[in-house]
This record gives sequence, structure tokens and C-alpha cells, in this order.
Amino acid sequence: MSGRVFLFGDDIDTDQLAPGQYMKGGIEMLSQHCLEPVRPDFAASVRPGDIVVAGRNFGMGSSREQAAEALRHLGVAAVVARSFAGIFYRNAINLGLPALIAEDIAGICDGDAVEIDLEAGELRLQAKRKIVKLEPLPDNLKRMLADGGLVAHLKKRFTAERNGETGQ
Amino acid sequence: MAATLAQKIIARAAGRETVTPGVVVTAKVDLAMIHDSGGPRRIEPILRDLGVSLWDRDKVVLISDHFVPGDTDEGARILELTRQWAAERKVAFHDGQGICHVVLPERGHLKPGMFVVGGDSHSPTGGAFGAYMFGIGATEMAGVLATGEIWIKVPETILIEWQNRLSDAVTAKDMMLALCGRLGMDGGQYQAVEYTGEAIAALSMQERMTLSNMAAELGAQAGLIAPDATTASYLEQTGANIGPSVDEWQGLRTDPEATLLAHHVFDAAALEPQVAAPHSPANSAPVGEVPETRVDVAYIGACTGAKYEDLKRAAAILRGRRLASGVELQVAPASRRDQDRATAEGIMKVFEDAGAKILANACGICAGYGANRLGENVTCISSTARNFKGRMGAPSSKVWLASPLTVAASAVAGRIADPREFLSDRGNSA
Ligand code: SF4
Repeated sequence: MSGRVFLFGDDIDTDQLAPGQYMKGGIEMLSQHCLEPVRPDFAASVRPGDIVVAGRNFGMGSSREQAAEALRHLGVAAVVARSFAGIFYRNAINLGLPALIAEDIAGICDGDAVEIDLEAGELRLQAKRKIVKLEPLPDNLKRMLADGGLVAHLKKRFTAERNGETGQ
Repeated sequence: MAATLAQKIIARAAGRETVTPGVVVTAKVDLAMIHDSGGPRRIEPILRDLGVSLWDRDKVVLISDHFVPGDTDEGARILELTRQWAAERKVAFHDGQGICHVVLPERGHLKPGMFVVGGDSHSPTGGAFGAYMFGIGATEMAGVLATGEIWIKVPETILIEWQNRLSDAVTAKDMMLALCGRLGMDGGQYQAVEYTGEAIAALSMQERMTLSNMAAELGAQAGLIAPDATTASYLEQTGANIGPSVDEWQGLRTDPEATLLAHHVFDAAALEPQVAAPHSPANSAPVGEVPETRVDVAYIGACTGAKYEDLKRAAAILRGRRLASGVELQVAPASRRDQDRATAEGIMKVFEDAGAKILANACGICAGYGANRLGENVTCISSTARNFKGRMGAPSSKVWLASPLTVAASAVAGRIADPREFLSDRGNSA
């Protein structure tokens, strides 16, 4: 996957990702206000394939699944952060949004064109010819992401089982 | 290899000898608990979409608590749907028996060493029994009910040691409010917290449950306490077939040489009753440092504040006293069994005589539902676990958190008050 970087700081919380006052409007409306408190133009300027890069504790706050869903709905291809709040991390992966941990994000700038190689566990800064190491995802989570999240993954698994195939 | 209690339980559930923190494993779930709010109404559509039945209906427990007593149209409808689902899916169902985190162990569903998920953010409560229990959302719960499995990133352990003993009128709730203030609401870093030390060993199971429950307020995934004789005698009382004896639980503890993420040490003897100012449990301070604050409503309720022992200790303050004028005291005993016991021992009568309003054995306004929600500009002191803005009613209402004793003392004083004032004047502080 490749796209442009949208860079954020530490402690991006679920209220910034999915502002409470728009929760009733459904994911369509909610995603239009995603990250608005920290970057008002985010929803309007992000394009499918773009990548969110952030500091520590991304997704802190409530357990609302919509925080990850809003990013996914806007087409964000992955979130790369120095660390994630635990519940957001679970929700993101289960909804099919790669949440990737990178210790060192110092060289990444807003607007950089980057490419992520999940297999190699690398984020490549194309113009700067620089590689940022990503913590490798375990195989089971990679498969779930490839299928598009937990529900899609289970559907595939159950269909396979019904058709008498073995394994996952 | 030395391991933490969390690692030992997860390793067994994952079918491995050992597991390393940070590694993601797939684990088999021993039990899944759901309630009326996050349960059937959210999960059934996903199960239908998947076209599967429950992986094992004997390992699913459904408890109605959030919308009980169904005093709104929406609540009544959700309860109806919950009851139908229980009948169709044939799972264990405790209907109107109390708050899920209290009813689950009370009915003998939890045992040390189990790996358990709950469809509620305070699911770490199960950790008080030496079970690894954590909260998950509806989508994940549907996945568990369909497969009996879940992925988990093996946590590091943050050891929280409480040395010495708590003094009179100081409780597990005070310990947790103090911890929220000291460590912050992300101090748990979604890792496993484990409580240990002399003060913890001396606590009853119901008090331990409050500690584990509020591991959620620390942002931890789980809040564990290694099982001991206190755990065993509680479980025997529930009539559960506990199988493994205390001896067999010997291994269920963190090895002394195990690697920890952090080890915090606190002095229980020095702890004073705490209150947390609106709108965060982390805004805690010793009750004596709080400026004069009048209260309109005092709420003794919730899984962290209205169990049998909470009721008993609050009643000790209220006995022979009446509410200050203008104060409403609401008491929602955490479970039917706890209320029955309190009734038998004359405790409920103390509340009635003092002028309290007794509510259903349910989440009540802690979940923000029902007819008793806080009105505009109401100041409330509450034995619940969270005081986020608007959670218990109008956004303009202000909720202070405290132990049930401090809530009772404040109800009598008409302002936020130190429960020790009400114990010492009778000379019964031993
Ligand atoms: S009493 Fe409050 S904290 Fe406990 S389960 Fe109910 S809503 Fe949650």
C-alpha cells in the first residue's frame, strides 16, 4: 500500500477520531468530522490509500469502535504510531485497519509519499530513500487484515469449513 | 522459566508452555459473559450474518442489569429481546438478579486460572478471583461466541503492592481513587495490573472485586489478584464445585523472578478516605482537602459500591441518623442476594429508617439509564467507578466519586464529609 502521510502528535483520543456529538449521525457523518479538533481539513483532504502517522498512545479514551471505523471509512490504509491504546488497537485490527507500531518515526514528515510493505515490516519513504522498521504483525492478524477484518475473516473460515476444506 | 500470573493463565489458554509479553497468541475462552446492553441486541445480527450457532452454550452467561427494571420504553423493549434470545439460545441467564460483575462470581461461574471475556468495560472484575478476564466490544464478542477463541497480545505486568493494613473507614474504593490520581487513567497501559501485599491479603473478596473492577479506570486490560484461602472460602460459599483446592492454586501466582513492567509500592496504613472531583476518577484527593461542597443526591450503587459489604459499612454510619434536609439518598444494592442478606441482617432497614430510596438491583443511573437520571445542575456524591461528564444524567450535573462510607457520611452531613467523623463520635473505632 502507498499513499501520503498525515502526521499527528501524541495522545490522539477517540473523541478527536469520532467526536461524541456526531455519533448519532452514523459513520457517514461521523467520518466527515474525524480528527477535526486537531486538523479541521483532515476528512476533506485525506484520500483512499493515505496513511496516518502519529506519536504515542494513539486512540486513547473510550472503547467506541467508530474511532477506527471512521478512519477506515475515509479510506485510510494504515495507522503507524509509536504506541496505541489497547482497545483502539484491538478494534482497528478487527475492523480491518492495519495498526502498526514503529519505534522511530522521527524521519517521517507530513505529506511524505510512503509505501508500506506488511510482509517485510517496512515503511519506505520514497523520496528520502529511507526505511522505517515496523513491528512485525503475527501471521494470524495479517490474515485477518488481508480478509478485511474479523467478521469477513470468520465468514471466509466458516464458508471454507462448510465446503469441507480444512484449516483456516 | 519465571512467569507472571497473567502469562501463566494465557499460556494455558493458548495451549503453550510459555508465552512472551508482546507476542500475539490465539487463546481458547473458558467463559464469555454478556449483558442486556452490549449483548444479544448487538451480537445476534452478526451471528446471523455469519450463519453460525454458539460455539458452546454452556460457556456463555447472560445477565440483565443495564436496562433493569425496564422503566422506559426502550429499556423494556431491550429486556424483552434479551429474554427471548436467552430462551432461543439456551444459555445460563440471570434476569434481574443484579449487576453482571457481581452476579457472575456470586453464582459460581468464575474460578482461578480461567481465561474469560466479558462484554463490558469493567470485566477486569473477574481478576479478583485469579481469572484473566477482560472486556471486549460487540464485534469481538460475536467472534468469540462463534468460535470460542480470541487473539490476545500477551501483556506485561504492572505490580501494585500495598503494604500494611487499611485503617478504619478506608476501603478498596479509596485505594483505587488514590491510584487513579497517582498513576493516571492510562497508567495501566493496557497491560495486566496485579495487586499484592499485606493490605490485599487482608481484604475480603468483595473489596478485592472493587480493586480489579477499577483496573479499567487505570486503563489496564486486566486487574489480577492471586487466589488464596479467602478466594477459596468465597467460592465454597457460592456452592460452586470449585474442584481445585487452594493447594492446587499454588502455582497461580507471579514468580518472584518474573520480569515486570513496573512495581509500585504504596502504604495502605497512610491512606485516607478519597474523593474524586468531577469529571474524572483521576481528580482524586483526600476528603479533608476538598472545599466545602453541598450535595443534592447521594448514590450508593454500582458494582464498585453497593455489594453486601458496602451496604453494611455504609449502614454503620447511617444507623440512628437521618439524611440532611434537601439530600436524596438512593440505594441500589448490587445484587438480589446481597440485598436479601442485608435485609436479613437489618441493614436495609437502616437505609429505610434514614429516609433512603431503595432502587432495583441493577446498574441504574451508573449506566445513565432509567427514570432516576441526574437532573440539570445536580451535585451528586456516588459510590460508582466513573464520573465522566453526563454519564449519570444531565451534562450540567456534577458527580463526585467516593467510597460508600463517604457517600453515607455526606448524605447525613449534606456536604462532602469524612466518614471517620461519624465513626469516632461513637467510640466504636476500636
Ligand atoms: S454498575 Fe456501572 S460500572 Fe458497573 S457494570 Fe453497571 S454501568 Fe458498568
